[in-house]
Amino acid sequence: MSNPQTGSFPVKRGLAEMLSGGVIMDVVTPEQAKIAEDAGACAVMALERVPADIRRDGGIARMSDPDMIEGIKATVTIPVMAKARIGHFVEAQIIQSLGVDFIDESEVLTPADEAHHIDKYKFDVPFVCGATNLGEALRRISEGAAMIRSKGEAGTGNIVEAVRHLRSILGDIRRIGQADSAELFDWAKQLQAPLPLVQELAETGRLPVPLFCAGGIATPADAAFAMQLGAEAVFVGSGIFKSDEPERRARAIVEATTHFQDADVLAKVSRGLGAPMTGIGMDEINQRYAERGW
Amino acid sequence: MNIGILALQGAFAAHQRVLTDLGTSVTLVRGVEDLVGLDGIVLPGGESTTMSMLLDSSGIHGHLRELLGKGFPVFGTCAGLILLAEQIVDGRADQQQLGGLSINARRNGYGRQIDSFEASINICDAEHACSMNGVFIRAPRIEKVTGDVHVLGTVNGDIVLVRQGNVLGATFHPELGNDRRVHEMFLKIVSRHNDDLEQVQEVRS
Repeated sequence: MSNPQTGSFPVKRGLAEMLSGGVIMDVVTPEQAKIAEDAGACAVMALERVPADIRRDGGIARMSDPDMIEGIKATVTIPVMAKARIGHFVEAQIIQSLGVDFIDESEVLTPADEAHHIDKYKFDVPFVCGATNLGEALRRISEGAAMIRSKGEAGTGNIVEAVRHLRSILGDIRRIGQADSAELFDWAKQLQAPLPLVQELAETGRLPVPLFCAGGIATPADAAFAMQLGAEAVFVGSGIFKSDEPERRARAIVEATTHFQDADVLAKVSRGLGAPMTGIGMDEINQRYAERGW
Repeated sequence: MNIGILALQGAFAAHQRVLTDLGTSVTLVRGVEDLVGLDGIVLPGGESTTMSMLLDSSGIHGHLRELLGKGFPVFGTCAGLILLAEQIVDGRADQQQLGGLSINARRNGYGRQIDSFEASINICDAEHACSMNGVFIRAPRIEKVTGDVHVLGTVNGDIVLVRQGNVLGATFHPELGNDRRVHEMFLKIVSRHNDDLEQVQEVRS
C-alpha cells in the first residue's frame, strides 16, 4: 500500500459513516445550498430540478450543468453530492472531475443503460445507490456502492414507498440473522445477490455500508419515522424547497433526525412550519421511478 | 466504566461498536440529561458545522465546556477534534469552540473527499512505539500545537494524534478500522482519571 492511498473502499465508506444521523438536502441554487448549510444539513445534493419538478416537466432528466454544481460547491463547506444517470459512467467521470464528494447513481434521472449499473470500483469518489429490497442493495454493494438508500418514490412527498423499501431490506436482514448456514445459499439465490455478502450479513446483522432513507420525506415526523424504522440518516429532496417556509422546515427536520426517539422534541419542532409540499398519492402518478434499476 | 458518545450527528454508531467490543458500557448523548454519570465522552466524526449547531440547541455545549474545564476525559475524532481545537481555520464564523486542545486546526485541511486517504501512522507514545493504519476523511489538518500538547502520532511529518491532559484528539478515524489501540489509550486515560478522583475522595474523608 502506498502511503497515503486515496480512493480505497474504507475511505469511501468512511464518508458515508460521517453523514450518519444527518440530513442531506436537495438544492438547485447556491442560495438554497446556503440555507441548507445554515439549517444544519450534513451535505447537499446539487441538481437542476428537484424530483417534483422533474416529474411535472417530463422529458429526459440528465446530469446537472457543471457550472451549476461548481456554484454550489463554492458556496458551502459541507460535502456536495451530484446525480448521474443509472449506468452513465461518463456522467460519473465528469462529476468526479469536478471534485464532487459523493455521486448518486439515481433512478430520479432517466436511466442510460437498461442492464448495467456503473462499475463503481473504477472511481475514487464514493457512490450511493437506491434500492427497493435487499437483493438490489447487495447487488449495488457488490458493484462498489459505499452507501445504500431506499428509493422511495421521489418527488411525491409521500413516505409510503420508502417505508415499504426500508421494511423489506431491514426485515430480510433480520430473517437472514435467523437462518442456518445451508439456508444462506438459498437466500443468495432468492435475492440474486453474491453469497459472500449474504454470509457476511448473517454474521454481522447489518449491511456492510450505511443504509439511509430517501424518497418522500416531507415533515419532521417523516424523518423521525424513517430513523425509528432503522435508517441511519435521511435525504430530503422536494420536501424542503417545495414547502412554504424552507428555512424553518429544514432546521426542524435536522432536529427531528437527531432527536428521532424524543416525541417531546418532535412535537416542539413540528409546530408552525407552514404548509408542507402538497404531495401526490401513488395511484395518481404515471411513472414510478423506483422501478428503474436492476 | 460508562463512556458517553455524542450522538447528535456523525459516526457515533461506529464508536459504539468499538467501545462495546472492548467491554465498555456506552451511553449515546443527545441531551444534557445523558451527561449524568459518565466517566468520559467521545466526540465522533461527522460535520462539525451540524454538530456545533445541535450542541447549541440541545444545551450540551455549555455543560461540556464546564466538564472540560474540570479535567473530564474527552476523546475527539476528526470533526470532534475540530470542536475541541482552540482555533479553527476555514470554519464557519458562528461555529463555537469547546476548547480543550491548544491547537490550530484547518477544516478539510487535506482537501475534499477525492483527497481523503488511508495512511500508516507512526505512533510515538512512550508506551506504544509502533505504526497503525488510519483512515482520513475530509480530515482537519493540525497546523500548530502550543502549550503542553503532546504529539502522539504523525503521518509524513503531519501531526495526527495529540493529547493534552485528559483530552485526546485524532484527525483520523480509529473507529473505522479493526485496530482498537487508540480507544484503549483513551480508556486508560479515563481509568487513571477515575483513580485520581478516588484518591482525592479518600484524602478528603
